[in-house]
Amino acid sequence: MAAEEHAIDALGQFKLTTALGPLGASVNFTQSNLMMLISGLLILGLMYFGARPQAVVPGRLQALAEMAYEGIRKMCIDQIGEEGKAFFPFVFTLFMFVLIGNLLGLLPFSFTYTSHIAVTLALAMTVIVLVTVVALRIHGLHFFSYFFPTGAPKLLAPIIIPVEIISYLSRPVSLSIRLFANMVAGHVMFEVFASFILMMAASHALGSFGVVGAVGPMVLNVLLMGFELLVAFLQAYVFAILTCIYLHDAVHLH
Amino acid sequence: MDVAAAKALGAGIAVIALAGVGIGIGNIFSALVTSVARNPSARDQVFGLGILGFALTEAVALFALLIAFLILFT
Repeated sequence: MAAEEHAIDALGQFKLTTALGPLGASVNFTQSNLMMLISGLLILGLMYFGARPQAVVPGRLQALAEMAYEGIRKMCIDQIGEEGKAFFPFVFTLFMFVLIGNLLGLLPFSFTYTSHIAVTLALAMTVIVLVTVVALRIHGLHFFSYFFPTGAPKLLAPIIIPVEIISYLSRPVSLSIRLFANMVAGHVMFEVFASFILMMAASHALGSFGVVGAVGPMVLNVLLMGFELLVAFLQAYVFAILTCIYLHDAVHLH
Repeated sequence: MDVAAAKALGAGIAVIALAGVGIGIGNIFSALVTSVARNPSARDQVFGLGILGFALTEAVALFALLIAFLILFT
């Protein structure tokens, strides 16, 4: 088969290599870490240069910074209530880190750090540990009544309590896998359609028709890029809003 | 059956779950359209809920897709 010589290497793009030459190699500084550093600097730069002009009619950068800030602040207060103001910095940091990571990954020759389960699981575990600590601090041992909803018949306790505990423990898993799988699936799709372009254009059987036909997957890839921009924003938003919902549960217990 | 063929079949079977997810996402957006059509002023609140439901449903699709990738590429 002719396709064998252009086998699709869909997962090769997620391989970690060391960045910054021999210095990076000596401390295992990967390109994933480099992208995290860049995204951190970008976020700091956006907030610093966006907040500095303090114009009444904001410029582009200031409008972007204010939109992100006010949007997430409103989401925190809507979802958690007045206590949400205390958690706003945490949720905003998470949102920006995930959003910039997703968007940076769409640039050619870059790397999506959110496409690694290690990164997303670490973020999700941070959220869950914080939620549990907050709940224990506010409610003390009363927190454990969370696992048995008030008003449920006592007879059902042996069934409800294990189910509630499992659903509580599965939160970090679903939170991390959602983000990681979305990113992996998107980038694998890019890779597959990009391979189709090469396979069609290089095919001997199709000849010059193949070169014309290769426009098809090319157009699809362009459309996919638009879709992935949406997904990049949506997943960051979902990550932040689920964090808010979990925090609401911790603060108010149902 | 040789292993490559079994892998391709397995990956195909794994993504059957996408049928249910398709129905689910269709349901979510049909409900979203209906509720916005009935009460356009509720759009801002309902839209956030709709997107949240979409994301939660889509996660199920991605679990299936992940299994398919694991079968195919590892």
